[in-house]
Amino acid sequence: MSLLRAINVTKTYANHKALDSVSIDVAPQSIFGLLGPNGAGKTTLIRIINMILAKDQGEILLEGKPIRPTDTRYIGYLPEERGLYKKMKVGEQALYLAQLKGMPRNEAYKKLKVWFDKFEIGSWWNKKVEELSKGMQQKVQFIVTVLHNPKLLIFDEPFSGFDPINVNLLKDEILKLREDGATIIFSTHNMASVEELCDHIALINNSKTILSGEIYEIINSFKSNIFEVIYYSPKELLLKGNDFDIISTVKTNGSFASRVKILNNRSSNELLQQIIPQAEVTAFQEVLPSINDIFIQEVNKSKNE
Amino acid sequence: MNKTLLIIKREYLSRVRKKSFIIMTILGPVLMAATIILPAFLADWSEATKKNVAVLDETGWFFEKFNDQENITFYYITDDLETGKNKAISQKGDLLLYIPRTELNVPVNAQLFSSKQPGLNVTAYIRNVMKTEVENKKLLASGIDPDIIKSTKVNINLATIRIEEGGIEKKSNTEVEVGLSIFAGIMIYFFIFMFGAQVLKGVMEEKQSRIVEVIISSVKPYQLMLGKIIGIALVGLTQFFLWIVLTGVFLGVFQAGIFQGDMPENLMQLGQSGQITEQSVPLNSVDELNKFEMITEIINGINFKIMIFSFIFYFLGGFLLYASLFAAIGGAVDQDADTQQFMLPVSIPLVFSVMMVGVIINQPDSPLAVWMSFIPFTSPVTMMMRIPFGVPIWQIWVSAGLLILGFIATTWLAAKIYRTGILMYGKKVNYIEIWKWLKNKY
Repeated sequence: MSLLRAINVTKTYANHKALDSVSIDVAPQSIFGLLGPNGAGKTTLIRIINMILAKDQGEILLEGKPIRPTDTRYIGYLPEERGLYKKMKVGEQALYLAQLKGMPRNEAYKKLKVWFDKFEIGSWWNKKVEELSKGMQQKVQFIVTVLHNPKLLIFDEPFSGFDPINVNLLKDEILKLREDGATIIFSTHNMASVEELCDHIALINNSKTILSGEIYEIINSFKSNIFEVIYYSPKELLLKGNDFDIISTVKTNGSFASRVKILNNRSSNELLQQIIPQAEVTAFQEVLPSINDIFIQEVNKSKNE
Repeated sequence: MNKTLLIIKREYLSRVRKKSFIIMTILGPVLMAATIILPAFLADWSEATKKNVAVLDETGWFFEKFNDQENITFYYITDDLETGKNKAISQKGDLLLYIPRTELNVPVNAQLFSSKQPGLNVTAYIRNVMKTEVENKKLLASGIDPDIIKSTKVNINLATIRIEEGGIEKKSNTEVEVGLSIFAGIMIYFFIFMFGAQVLKGVMEEKQSRIVEVIISSVKPYQLMLGKIIGIALVGLTQFFLWIVLTGVFLGVFQAGIFQGDMPENLMQLGQSGQITEQSVPLNSVDELNKFEMITEIINGINFKIMIFSFIFYFLGGFLLYASLFAAIGGAVDQDADTQQFMLPVSIPLVFSVMMVGVIINQPDSPLAVWMSFIPFTSPVTMMMRIPFGVPIWQIWVSAGLLILGFIATTWLAAKIYRTGILMYGKKVNYIEIWKWLKNKY
């Protein structure tokens, strides 16, 4: 059973349709990437899941049941537009936000101490937020989001404002949270981190889902039978017949790297058989499209439609 | 704990702990006590230095007519002006009153020489004595005994007595009521604006610091808005009560401490017994006594229970009404500069009701005053101005009922604007845009 399902969710603002019958299906203990260009409707969908906005039509099911306002305590949300009270002390503020999520004060205090130690920020407890750097504030914000052990975590652009070291720290924490049983929805433009972290993705463009599924299935469905071969040879590769088409060849340090597209349902072994007599092959692999390529390709395609 | 309560608690504590709140709380009563006490005290203090006046009277009309006063001593010299100046001013540091000889007219011109500012009490006394003396001489010359004139002078005491419901007669003093009316009206205006502005600032701070979305993923937007408004209302009430208590304390301290010893006896009596004595104040006495008497009278004339109760009600009602609109404005705009176009129309009724103070105190029962005390946008200030004059009970009920309906309506309206506005960034907001938000479904 899915942890969260959105079924045909539609939302119209005064002058435009933000979501047009969008459905997503998030499996428990998975990381779900919600992708899409700016203004596609991601934030609207996330806000509807968080009960910040109401949907016009459709259904949101949390563990099979329609979601209720009280369910927000099972959700941890790190919005893209995020901040803290500047004049309030860090510890006091974290306690306040935890209590708003329904945690008892004592429990929140104990857990906060553990997280502050883990992130090595225990000494900030009595500092005002305005005294902290942007990155430090992001750490506090992250802790506040995950403190109440939510079943569902929603991160909107979580890595913005972090340096590479802290991005890795955060990635490790996100993976650890999934291991501990949390389900994560993750919205970002950082495609590298999508490939690295996500199990499933959905691509939203112009208020519609244009692509969704398991990440490797999507990548496989987008591969175009191109293989890259690296070889040593006195001269460039020459392939006979219409079955193989050399797209490009690059010479580096005495070796060649060629990209070959296989046509007419030929197999990669047949390609190798043609190459081996001509050259010494050092590497041979299929070229898979990156999520970035797929994203751009699909968004452009839907734009032209 | 209930989440709205948590929000109220944070809004309240974060404000009462601020330095500015503590300073205001202490400074307000000090200023208030000072405005009550200081004029009387200063008058008393400035006249505490003794002054000697040398009188050089070339007419001879006023010999032995100037009597020594509490702080003024008179002596008479017969030198010429230059010698007199030299002796009295340069050598002794006294004042010199020079009344030059006149050939035909009665002496109406005089000069007072001194090295320092002579002080109002000295000039007032001299003028008074000379005036009485010349008038008496003129009367005598016309064959009229000044004593007869004196005996014809009467003082009219017009006591205005209001018959309240149940036939209880109450001595009323219009000056006291006017003073109180203006004070109450301006106070409520000030409180609504000051704490209303805090709501606006608080909402904008949440929007600008981008914490608002974090919070409304835990609570409903209207809970956040209402929690903030209620929290700040409680701050206002706290400040109000502290002011009342501290003003009382400071008044007591001032009276006990500063006036002890050198306070004139009649003042002392007034200050302690607090009773309004039917004293006929001598014509030539300085006004300080009157001032103090009036102030004491005002304090005693206040029906504190009714004033405080109605202040609390109209502050809360008016504040809730305006604060919700201010919250909507704070939610709608991005930058401080954008608030102006919305703040102005919203605050016009409030400013208008304060501007009408003259009209209201002249005719507290006029149709205009009655209508203004019914309309929720003007009623807090106008009703507070009318209450010292006495308002029929049914009007209070109508006014209170409409005010409650009024703030329910504005809160409902404001909540709609607020919840859309707080999530809008980087959009220039105008009235058409806000009208569209009102139609958004949630």
